[in-house]
Amino acid sequence: MSLHSQNGAPAEALLREVRAFDPRAAIDEVSDVLVREGEIAQIAAPGSIEPPAGAEVIEGAGKHLLPGFIDPHVHLRTPGQEHKEDLDTGTRAAAAGGYCAVIAMANTAPVIDEPALVRGLVAQARAQARIPVGFLGALSVGLRGEQLTEMALLREAGVLGFSDDGKPVVSAGLLRRALQYQRLCGGVISLHEEDPTLSGAGVMHEGPVSAELGLAGIPSISEATMIARDGMIAAEEGGRVHFQHISARRSIEALRALRAAGARVSGEATPHHLLLTDVAVKDLDTSFKMNPPLRSEGDRVALVEALRDGTIDCIATDHAPHSREEKMVPFEEAPMGTIGLETAFAALYTDLVVPGTLSLACLVERLTAAAALFDLATPTLTVGAEANLCLVDLDASWRVGESGYESRSANCCFAGRELSGRVLLTLARGQIAYRERTFALSAA
Amino acid sequence: MRHLLSIEDIEREDIERILGSAAFFGDVADRPIKKVPSFRGRLVINLFYEASTRTRSSFELAGKRLSADVLNVVSSGSSVEKGESLRDTVATLSAYGPDAIVIRSPHAGAPQLVARWSPAGVVNAGDGKHQHPTQALLDLYVLRQRIGELAGRSIWIVGDVLHSRVARSSAQAFMKLGAEVTFAGPPTLVPPELAALGCEVRHTLDGLGDADVVYALRLQHERMREAFLPSLAEYAACYQINSRRLKARQLLMHPGPVNRGVELSGDVIDGPQSLITEQVRAGIVVRMAVLVEVLSGSHADTPQVERLTPEPQLA
Amino acid sequence: MPETVVLERDDIARALRRIAHEIAERSAHDDATLAIVGIHRRGVPLARRLQPLLTELQGTDVPLGWIDISFYRDDLGLRPAAPLVAGSQIDFALDGATVVIVDDVLYTGRTVRAAIEALVAYGRPAKVQLAVLVDRGHRELPIRPDYVGKNLPTARSERVNVRVEELDGVDEVTISQERVLA
Repeated sequence: MSLHSQNGAPAEALLREVRAFDPRAAIDEVSDVLVREGEIAQIAAPGSIEPPAGAEVIEGAGKHLLPGFIDPHVHLRTPGQEHKEDLDTGTRAAAAGGYCAVIAMANTAPVIDEPALVRGLVAQARAQARIPVGFLGALSVGLRGEQLTEMALLREAGVLGFSDDGKPVVSAGLLRRALQYQRLCGGVISLHEEDPTLSGAGVMHEGPVSAELGLAGIPSISEATMIARDGMIAAEEGGRVHFQHISARRSIEALRALRAAGARVSGEATPHHLLLTDVAVKDLDTSFKMNPPLRSEGDRVALVEALRDGTIDCIATDHAPHSREEKMVPFEEAPMGTIGLETAFAALYTDLVVPGTLSLACLVERLTAAAALFDLATPTLTVGAEANLCLVDLDASWRVGESGYESRSANCCFAGRELSGRVLLTLARGQIAYRERTFALSAA
Repeated sequence: MRHLLSIEDIEREDIERILGSAAFFGDVADRPIKKVPSFRGRLVINLFYEASTRTRSSFELAGKRLSADVLNVVSSGSSVEKGESLRDTVATLSAYGPDAIVIRSPHAGAPQLVARWSPAGVVNAGDGKHQHPTQALLDLYVLRQRIGELAGRSIWIVGDVLHSRVARSSAQAFMKLGAEVTFAGPPTLVPPELAALGCEVRHTLDGLGDADVVYALRLQHERMREAFLPSLAEYAACYQINSRRLKARQLLMHPGPVNRGVELSGDVIDGPQSLITEQVRAGIVVRMAVLVEVLSGSHADTPQVERLTPEPQLA
Repeated sequence: MPETVVLERDDIARALRRIAHEIAERSAHDDATLAIVGIHRRGVPLARRLQPLLTELQGTDVPLGWIDISFYRDDLGLRPAAPLVAGSQIDFALDGATVVIVDDVLYTGRTVRAAIEALVAYGRPAKVQLAVLVDRGHRELPIRPDYVGKNLPTARSERVNVRVEELDGVDEVTISQERVLA
């Protein structure tokens, strides 16, 4: 088993009069949905299912029932930085965002580069994780980019794949060896793409805003050139790589060219790169400092287009918690990253679906597509499937951060924004993982 | 004016008022008693995270000539050097009840943070490569004294614009008063994005003859190590302002300290067109005028400063 | 708001002439050079008018200067914003001179205190005297005028408006009620 979470009681629930919406299964109908022993047992016309004894009845009129989301890229900061996040708070935040599984990065303290550390994490996830968590192991020992980790043993211990995320794999030679090793042990290689000689000491996107602020810039080509390089190596070795948090128009062009050349590559984009630009940095608010940096409007538009046409396979939050103290420093000194699990759906729904830029179907598809990329079962609303789903009120509006966060950290780039689309209930691996407070109270 | 954080933030009328006060203090400097009693008993803290004898001493003298008490906190030999965060330092210094904090920081935006964390008026004495508004105001003051109105004048800023807070803030200030600004220098140090500031961008000195004022920037030696430049000699050959390039009717400025023989030749530094000494002299009176701005006023409308001790949070 | 005119153009001219005579009389027993200094703003045009009168009476050129007291006020930190400064000019030696400070209205005395302080930054006059067009009372400091155009008993709630041709287009002194906030 490659995902790990607490073992709880399987849900027994009747979701009444919900609009079941699963574009992959061509489901879009107001229905009663019955969950028994954690599985979707029956989907039928509204009002037609009698609640079985012991089943909770959830009134869902006017609400959408969606397949649960999968995030291929989160930082749960465990072990070592539990003051920012741990498996409990991180998965609580994920469940609150409608996620039924997340994949955690290996750049913890210590780095997850030994099988024993993976086994420890798996045990911890079984004790604490509210929703299933998959772990990536480091690709190089200590993320130092010098020596490969014991990839085969790490896989045996339970990692889904490998990533030096937080840092690029600078050495092309090392990446090539890792891809050769992938033939033995499998597992996706997930790449943070950046050329340090181009990024330099950059702290934001290189462009007119960085020029005006006098901040060192990270040019778009820092990412694009590495995607082109690594995609070619992957094609040559027949390996499979996933490009993390793609941010630039040129990277998308590189990705399209690689696909056309037959490389087995996939890509993710984050809500913040899809919705925000470097203009947000003008006030030097450290909430907007992330890596890759928020880029130009041209990059953002290209990214949205790539999400729509499928060049970008899936959405990842790159949920990166940092404490208040760490972010309350001058911009150049602040750590990079924003939390995103609790706001991903609502932010994308509000800014892309409501104005008509993206269909709800496409958004749901991209929020769940990471499953297939990482060889996991794709959440679906079909009878017999494990209940991995979320109930969403698309019309409910809420102010980000107003009633706090489930995450231990509050460094959210959407803080203060009024968003539409509130997750009311999440079921993951057949268990109830989250109930929105007021919804839970009104139901009771 | 509550704070002086950036030239962008201030209006033309603020600039005029500051230049007016500065002119007054210019006269004060010629009197036997070079001081006004305006801010007796007020406290000005100079918080300097970067060595800068010139800017720090001119702020110190400016504060003293307004009769304020001046406390210098510099990075060497104090707790700001090791480990203590800016926030903690500001909290500590705020306990002394300063009326103004003058901050020089290697990081862009540090003055904005101090303004959020302290009830004192804040003056930006240079933040990273971002802004140096008092330098911009003193440049305006010197030019006004020499050539009057700046509207329609052409000012060329030559050299390492990319790494220069002076270039950014002075260009904005010149343009606020109607001047046209051209940035000129090697493509690595004058990237085209700088046009976002509203200036023209050029990579040669062709056309320099049309400028009314030539403002040369200091070229730091470390730019070669970072591969922005092959050599100082090549830079000087292409961009040095010397008596061959500078026409008799043109004025020359430089924020100091000058690398003699690099961005400027020795003869123009001491030549009659040079305003460099006047810039240094203007430093004190303009900084007096700026301190007057932030020390004046009851600030009854001051927004609540952010709490320095966070609310206790539930885990 | 109704205003009562208390001095008209001719009254002001007469008052200034009388002040000039008084200054000249007093300085007759004085070896020191006489100089006059107007307090910015309306003290300055009044000083400018006194100067030729005095020059005529004295038979020698009486030097004229003006001072801006903005930075010598004791309430800079209490006022809403930074002052708009006009500047000072005293281009003659003050040391040993008898200096007559000229202002339009004497009220609390704080302006005059600031003016004395501003003045002594330029040197050490032998004597400093004070000439005002109107003394309206309500002193808050132990300051008294040496020459007064008109004593004008007022209530604190009243406002004395001095207008001069050079700045306001008309010569007059009026009294009005201070705006009362409803």
